[in-house]
Amino acid sequence: MTGRSVTAFERPAMPETVVVEARGLGKSYVMRTPWTDRLLRRAGPGRIDAVQDVSFTIARGRTLALVGESGCGKSTLARLMVGLETPTIGSAWVDRLDVQATLAGPADAARAMRRRMQMIFQDPYASLDSRWRVRDIVAEPLLEQGLILPPQAPARVAALLASVGLQGVDIDRFPHQFSGGQRQRISIARAISTSPEFLVCDEPTSALDVSVQAQVLNLLVDLQRERALACLFISHNLVVVRYVADDVGVMYLGRIVELAPKAELFAAPRHPYTRMLLAAVPDVHPRDGGREPVLGEMPDPLSPPPGCAFHPRCPHANERCRVERPALLASGAVQVACHAVEEGRL
Amino acid sequence: MSGPLLEVRDLCVEFPMRRGALRALDGVSFDIAPGEILGIVGESGAGKSLTGTAIIGLLEPPGRICGGQVLLEGQRIDDLPREAMRLVRGKRIGAIFQDPLTSLNPLHTVGRQLVETLRTHLPLSAAQARDRAIELLQRTGLPAPAARLAQYPHEFSGGMRQRVVIALALAAEPRLIIADEPTTALDVAVQAQIIRLLRDLTQARGTSVMLITHDMGVIAETCDRVAVMYAGRIVEIGPVREVIHHPAHPYTAGLMASVPSLSDTNERLAQIEGALPRLGEIPSGCAFHPRCPKASPRCGDERPELALVRRTRAACWWPLVESPAA
Repeated sequence: MTGRSVTAFERPAMPETVVVEARGLGKSYVMRTPWTDRLLRRAGPGRIDAVQDVSFTIARGRTLALVGESGCGKSTLARLMVGLETPTIGSAWVDRLDVQATLAGPADAARAMRRRMQMIFQDPYASLDSRWRVRDIVAEPLLEQGLILPPQAPARVAALLASVGLQGVDIDRFPHQFSGGQRQRISIARAISTSPEFLVCDEPTSALDVSVQAQVLNLLVDLQRERALACLFISHNLVVVRYVADDVGVMYLGRIVELAPKAELFAAPRHPYTRMLLAAVPDVHPRDGGREPVLGEMPDPLSPPPGCAFHPRCPHANERCRVERPALLASGAVQVACHAVEEGRL
Repeated sequence: MSGPLLEVRDLCVEFPMRRGALRALDGVSFDIAPGEILGIVGESGAGKSLTGTAIIGLLEPPGRICGGQVLLEGQRIDDLPREAMRLVRGKRIGAIFQDPLTSLNPLHTVGRQLVETLRTHLPLSAAQARDRAIELLQRTGLPAPAARLAQYPHEFSGGMRQRVVIALALAAEPRLIIADEPTTALDVAVQAQIIRLLRDLTQARGTSVMLITHDMGVIAETCDRVAVMYAGRIVEIGPVREVIHHPAHPYTAGLMASVPSLSDTNERLAQIEGALPRLGEIPSGCAFHPRCPKASPRCGDERPELALVRRTRAACWWPLVESPAA
């Protein structure tokens, strides 16, 4: 840790410099047990391990997408990365600074940290204050950070709106006067206003129609490339991820089960869960080759299965899978947590 | 086969407002043949759900049918009194909605709801209805159906609840099922199971399905024919493969190109410029003309009607004769 503080505020010079890092991140929630259960069954409080032992890095100008079904912990992980949640174990790093420690530390450093990371949320109807005009929504982070003076705000906001494809006249409008896609553009303008290095997008297009989704995805990709942002993209939709990601992580019940460069993951998915997810996507174009059948449902996170959490749904599970949890092992650029893959059974 | 099971003729729905009525559905016509799965696809506000609710007589006031006819097995059902319509729903038309929780009563066990539905529509004793309920749940792939009867909806997962709703919709053996976004609230893995279930169950009985969804992938894998809606009208209707791979309407073509696909090799999604029109501001002529790359002055003045273009029918003055995929 000692060497880090020296370079802490230098911008990374190399394009492959790691900007964002998760180190063994974990988050557990304690669930209250209903009093009847406590009384009658002597049940203690339940615990949900929403995120467990997640590690990854995102380089400048790269996008890591995390996919998984609801309840797999992907949104919790996104919130951990920007300090909206406190990790139970492990740490999140942005630009060689511990996010939690920096946000809890001196006000100046905490504010500087907040400038570096921004988030775009799923629901553009809930994430914008309906009583604020667009000019105030977009200018707020700039003024709060002291990056501009109030008289400079209109010009800066107009420039930001132009960069997300909105018009100058939109500056005095309220969120309800915009469609869902335009609202998401406002969220994006606000998120990029402070020139962050790290952008987290949590299902940014899930609430949008397909034709509008295409516009917003293309805009996000353009901005991310133009500004060389390190981007964490959360989605339940593997197909959407194909258009935005450089690397893809697949999560199941709080853990990353496969992490691979996009091309590898789509051409040769290793983990049986990744294969199942890919097979489940309804596609407008007929695919060749057999599709793996989709079996079962997500188990209850309050009582996850022992061993590999995916084994009850896995067509390749054997005795070892039922008792021993597979570690995330790297082979080349691909990391997979699966006994069957490790043993060459798959 | 003696004619279509469902005929919708020039259906119009409007919402009376202080400043005149808003026309939400405008001259929608289509048929569904016995045993056929017709997809209705479109973006939000296109009128696809409204078409479904208008057919089963569940339009929310002040919305009302202001023109056209709906015929089920040759008999008009759009002008039936409420009580008669209640009997049509459930017995002759089953409905499946997006959120299974809103279709189920949280205060009653799943068994009670199934038995009640069965006995409302079929002459069964309580014991017979119970056996039928178990059999129905079994067919939807619910594990341990007999034990599940005594449970409440909140004890089921989302996918399991949707199986119960499908069992309820099939209970009275209706000829037609209207399924409005039946898998949108579900995860992809569960979605794939539910779609297959819906297809298998309806195929086995020759039930017709009107499947309303915004997901072109679901349409492609499930339907025989598809109707594409835009701003309250059908802009193209035809066999599913034709519409997807050789669309004639520029909107269909744009929509298809903007759907992300696994087999696509492009790094960039095609996009349709602009946004969907609001209900009060539907453009004159062809409603799509302000966003259409092929629009001419005629498109803003005259409204095109559905006309045969190759093997689909499209409402367009300048249909795409050679599609890019052809």
